[in-house]
Amino acid sequence: MIENLFFMNGYGLYVWSAFSFTLISFLTLFLVIKIQYNKEKNKFIAKFGSLNSERAAFAKSQSVNKEILSNTSNI
Amino acid sequence: MFKYFEPNKIFSITSKAPKYVLFLFIVILSIGLTEALILSPEDYKQSHSVRIMYVHVPAAWISLGIFSAITFLSIVGYIFKIRNFFLIAKSLAPSGLVFNIIALVTGSIWGKPTWGTWWAWDARITSMLILALFYTMYLVAWRIFEDNDKAFKVTSIITILGIINVPIIKYSVDWWNTLHQPASINILSKSSIHISMLFPLMTMTAAFALFSLLIFLMKYNTELIKIKNKGLDRL
Repeated sequence: MIENLFFMNGYGLYVWSAFSFTLISFLTLFLVIKIQYNKEKNKFIAKFGSLNSERAAFAKSQSVNKEILSNTSNI
Repeated sequence: MFKYFEPNKIFSITSKAPKYVLFLFIVILSIGLTEALILSPEDYKQSHSVRIMYVHVPAAWISLGIFSAITFLSIVGYIFKIRNFFLIAKSLAPSGLVFNIIALVTGSIWGKPTWGTWWAWDARITSMLILALFYTMYLVAWRIFEDNDKAFKVTSIITILGIINVPIIKYSVDWWNTLHQPASINILSKSSIHISMLFPLMTMTAAFALFSLLIFLMKYNTELIKIKNKGLDRL
């Protein structure tokens, strides 16, 4: 059964390469988007940290900014 | 109604959703892969090579669906001046392009054992390649034009021109004599595909749709943080 799963009557190379290409593409896209996300988020945190207290208080009054700062559990 | 599409209102949802979508995607993909590679039967004519259908067809469907959605969002966004629609469209495009490339590459791999060639300038395949070019132009336009208004205009024009290609892709197998087989699944009439193959196909389609939703959410959040970064610069 295992042999049949790999070789698939001679079509195994085609089937496995199509599925592998798909899964590798998924993983690459996921990682690229995740890296971009982390980069922007770190930039945001660094910029926020450099604000003086008055400006930081104003920026923190915006709900989205609060969400970005509090949301560290993102994938 | 459009006030509900404001980024501030959406972000609280989009920032929390990816982890749940990722979990659901892994579960559905595992079921889909088991069905597609192990449990589904081989075809009486194409033997095991038919299994490529389970990645090729969903990828093609989703890339077409995403391009149609991008066009709709761009046109409505341009008419009603809803900037967030452009942000949503821009966030959908990367997964659309990747699904388009997957459809082309897996189609090429499937073509070798079935037609005896990796590539043919067939109407369906060529029109899918043209769609990939439109996706690329769309993404490049966002990078080139830093002025938002100009980017909105140019990307809308690209999607309007590109959408003309979508019905050509769909009906190319009916209008011309092509190597590519006609559609096996029809919404309005009886499908010619057996349930034992339809189930894994639909499961893989659901998994791919969840993956594009996951990428969209992550990209949308990134774009939103980018805007907020610019806002902090102006403070």
